[in-house]
Amino acid sequence: MQVLYGRHHVRVFRFGLRLVRDEQIAEDLISEVFLDVWRQAGKFEGRSAVTTWLLAITRFKALSALRRRKDVGLDDETANAIEDTSDDPEVVVQKKDTGDALRKCLTALSPEHREIVDLVYYHEKSVEEVAEIVGIPENTVKTRLFYARKKLAELLKAAGIERGWP
Amino acid sequence: MMAASKKMLEAEPSEIEMLLPFHAAGTLSARDARRVEDALAADPALARQYAVIREEYAETISLNESLGAPSARAMQKLFAAIDAEPERKPSASIRLSARVSEFFARLSPRTLAWSASLGAVALLLQAGVIGAVLMKKETPSFQTASLSLNEPSAGPITRDLGSSSAAPTRALVRFAPEARISDITALLDNYQASIVDGAKGGMFRLQFGKAMSKDEAASLLTRLGREKIVSLAVATP
Repeated sequence: MQVLYGRHHVRVFRFGLRLVRDEQIAEDLISEVFLDVWRQAGKFEGRSAVTTWLLAITRFKALSALRRRKDVGLDDETANAIEDTSDDPEVVVQKKDTGDALRKCLTALSPEHREIVDLVYYHEKSVEEVAEIVGIPENTVKTRLFYARKKLAELLKAAGIERGWP
Repeated sequence: MMAASKKMLEAEPSEIEMLLPFHAAGTLSARDARRVEDALAADPALARQYAVIREEYAETISLNESLGAPSARAMQKLFAAIDAEPERKPSASIRLSARVSEFFARLSPRTLAWSASLGAVALLLQAGVIGAVLMKKETPSFQTASLSLNEPSAGPITRDLGSSSAAPTRALVRFAPEARISDITALLDNYQASIVDGAKGGMFRLQFGKAMSKDEAASLLTRLGREKIVSLAVATP
């Protein structure tokens, strides 16, 4: 368990943190996730990678944690996040730092867009693996990521940054 | 093919457009990767979109890496909870170790393939990397594949891109699936580079012999990206 924890806890933490946006809750998620792994190790069927299994459990627990926080519903959080970006577009333009702006806009994506971008780019999950983690059809994985990217382009455009796509 | 990249905001994206991010991340099957490569070669607008995607890819890694790591509290909480679990029969610890071993035995073929490749490359490069580190007396910043339980920070599989501006230039590189070890070592020689971390999702972190200006690094990455055996080369923010 120590080896498994040592190898994967940082990724689990970061994936959870991007979903719940609260370090304390994300840390609690880690222990819950690995405790589940300890309890359900026998149920791991080996058809997918260990990380895929871990991230699916993390996602489930993160969404449960978000549901428990009645004052911070998903929709409210999305709205707040998008407002965050539009707070200071001038500052972003002044900096003319596309990288900075990109990271800021990535943070401002809705939870469902954030998770798909993270799973594909950071956790390097395939279409099939993302479908398994998120519980959606493979075609939906591809279209959801496309629209997440389009939203990202819109947020960047609102911040004064044109990248030539779409 | 040009039509593929000319989708307007309200239009449905083409299949190839939707595959581009997965191509950047290296998670497509060989067949789909070939389809995307062909489309990119034939459609400059699609290639421009792909450049935008590579930027998103690098910044997503950078953003996630900036999130840091959890405190020791999480681990303490976990193992306290495990200790509080009811005793299992006949020997929970033996069964668990068997299960954990089974996890690793059941890693996906892709992961195993890359691990095998890394092992072979690591054998060839280990002496060079260690020698370079010792000779230059640089602070080593790479992680090994092994885990030391005495060091809380050792072992986690992350996508650390490195950030020291004074350090030698680094890049994340994915080699083409057909690349041979001899090709890779020749490329490393040509670029005076060494692999300091790798096979995390198929990406290797290369360190070049010296620190470079932004322009030099960009030019080098472009050159590297054009190499036949390199399918992706991105700057480390």
